[in-house]
Amino acid sequence: MIIRNVRILGGEPVDIRLADGMIAEIGQGLDGPESVDGAGAIALPGLVDLHTHLREPGREDAETVQTGTQSAARGGYTAVHAMANTSPVADTAGVVEQVWRLGREFGHCDVHPVGAVTVGLEGRQLAELGAMADSAARVRVFSDDGKCVDDAVLMRRALEYVKAFDGVVAQHAQEPRLTSGAQMNEGVVSGRLGLTGWPAVAEEAVIARDCLLAAHVGSRLHVCHVSTAGSVEILRWAKSKGWNVTAEVTPHHLLLTDDLVEESPVGAYNPIYKVNPPLRTRADVEALRAALADGTIDAVATDHAPHPVEDKETEWSAAAMGMVGLETALSVVQEAMVETGLLDWAGVAERMSVVPARIGRLAGHGQPLQAGSPANITLYDPSVRTKVDPSAFASKSRNTPYEGMTLPGRVVATFLRGRPTVLEGKLV
Amino acid sequence: MNRHLISAGDLAKDDALLILDTAEELARVSERSIKKLPTLRGRTVVNLFFEDSTRTRISFEAAAKRLSADVINFSAKGSSVSKGESLKDTALTLEAMGADAVVIRHSASGAPYRLATWVHGSVVNAGDGTHEHPTQALLDAFSMRRRLGGLEGRKVTIVGDVLHSRVARSNVLLLHTLGAEVTLVAPPTLLPVSVGSWPCEVSYDLDAVLPKSDVVMMLRVQKERMNAAYFPSEREYSRRYGLDRDRFAKMPDDAIVMHPGPMNRGMEIAAEVADSARSTIVEQVANGVTIRMAVLYLLLGGEIA
Repeated sequence: MIIRNVRILGGEPVDIRLADGMIAEIGQGLDGPESVDGAGAIALPGLVDLHTHLREPGREDAETVQTGTQSAARGGYTAVHAMANTSPVADTAGVVEQVWRLGREFGHCDVHPVGAVTVGLEGRQLAELGAMADSAARVRVFSDDGKCVDDAVLMRRALEYVKAFDGVVAQHAQEPRLTSGAQMNEGVVSGRLGLTGWPAVAEEAVIARDCLLAAHVGSRLHVCHVSTAGSVEILRWAKSKGWNVTAEVTPHHLLLTDDLVEESPVGAYNPIYKVNPPLRTRADVEALRAALADGTIDAVATDHAPHPVEDKETEWSAAAMGMVGLETALSVVQEAMVETGLLDWAGVAERMSVVPARIGRLAGHGQPLQAGSPANITLYDPSVRTKVDPSAFASKSRNTPYEGMTLPGRVVATFLRGRPTVLEGKLV
Repeated sequence: MNRHLISAGDLAKDDALLILDTAEELARVSERSIKKLPTLRGRTVVNLFFEDSTRTRISFEAAAKRLSADVINFSAKGSSVSKGESLKDTALTLEAMGADAVVIRHSASGAPYRLATWVHGSVVNAGDGTHEHPTQALLDAFSMRRRLGGLEGRKVTIVGDVLHSRVARSNVLLLHTLGAEVTLVAPPTLLPVSVGSWPCEVSYDLDAVLPKSDVVMMLRVQKERMNAAYFPSEREYSRRYGLDRDRFAKMPDDAIVMHPGPMNRGMEIAAEVADSARSTIVEQVANGVTIRMAVLYLLLGGEIA
């Protein structure tokens, strides 16, 4: 198959020949029987998400491996890391293999399960990390995401233990005592709205501790969904020391701010904006964008968190935390980073494919678009602007904060090892 | 005026004065032997109380009944709410019954805003979590105005658990709108970190503020705050922030003492201060009915007979 007239990382138009799941040849005017017209779209290496909640097993009313990976493919992803906070928790080889197999069965994108750090996410006893690493799912990323591994000794042990199989602990940095009952970013807006504050320091203190622990034991640390300017400062410092620390930021933390809770087109206290970590201030957004641009933050990760309607159509404090994000991620990154001149398309590829694949140790993803690489490719048309319509999502859930917003760009096609999973914006 | 009354901040100065002036007129009705007005005959007011608050509920009930409205009391206890019915479903039920106004008390901050997106009638916030309690602020302003004349330039000191107080939030907003100068006094643990952005002064020293106050409003201190380490002990709180007889003596002679109730006598306020002639605490209750009549009357567009 030949993909015609695409611009690799926004460069000059070329054709790409795919054969046996690989990129066979790149050039102009390639000959072949079957072809897809790229119509000048940008070609990126297939996107890789480090942070996806597929909800299966346990909350199939919100999302399944099938619908979640369809949503991923629609968003231009060829691999996702499925978070462990399912029911049962992905804390054994059995559960991670089940999720991994479901991903293979549906084939919309590769599913790499994340293993829980502790049994039942309870923060008391290490889960069988080695068994998960050795399983068919070959788990390399471990996280209690949704909960923080707040016990310093347990965190140290986890960081040390996963070195044996080149794993990484992805920490959900949230000091639990400082965030007991917390509802939104602690600041001017929370004070006015009478919602229990979620102080930035609750995230920053854990990140600082974990950086120091990772340095002490010589381990690899990954920080999930960084949301504050202070966290950026700490990461910059840790990286300046040469410590092996990586971090991700979500698209929503690059675009949205906490004042939406008070005033937005969907009304005050609308839980569509309730998310963990919470939306922060404009100054935080600016710091996160700058950090993603300069590499202090390594990757964009969606934290795609589907919830059924009834878990969001409630009073604020009763609502579930989280937003779906797979199908809007690239558009939001274009809006926040490319339109602002902070990243070019090569930078987007780096932050949304190359580096997340490296952090997750996914050999077949995040490779440069050149002959000999696996044919994992996303075609993206950045020139259109469309209104976000949640009813068109492939995801089972509709909890997007972007409903009705006009965002740039559209995923035209996604190829997984040479096979289209999305063509002309539609699932194949 | 807006269709709803959810935040005191939604009231422009003219709106607030209109409510206070209307309440003055209605207060005269309350002095008649027959207190009832036909104004809201045929209109339905629902009291939707998800939190126990007999005082506030009967105050709204009395207000609606004096205006001849039909009143439905819907309390969360023993209702479908305790069986897990959502706020939205409750709202749709009330909507189907044709409620012209819904008075809501809820433990979740912002619940009245959510309710307002699901019902067509007017929503009146009767206290939402730690957010606001605008009719309390209106009745406080009404009580102050009756005792002191105008509010312009008056110095109002609000003392206590500002962090968790919906009364404080509504009072700061409304009193600022009406031209009063508010000072909040509390231990730093019981003030929001962002309190510097509020339209008021802040002090940690009650003794320094008292001699300059025209009004001292004491807030109830919940005993469970002590367990969460907001302050070391009830005794220490009382010593530093309680209005006892000695502190009362430091207030100017014509300054008044207020409390939204229910009081912890001996904790934030000494019994003899609460019961003194300069305390408005009992008047506040009576004024509550009057101000709520004014609010319902104006929101539902009635006429004074």
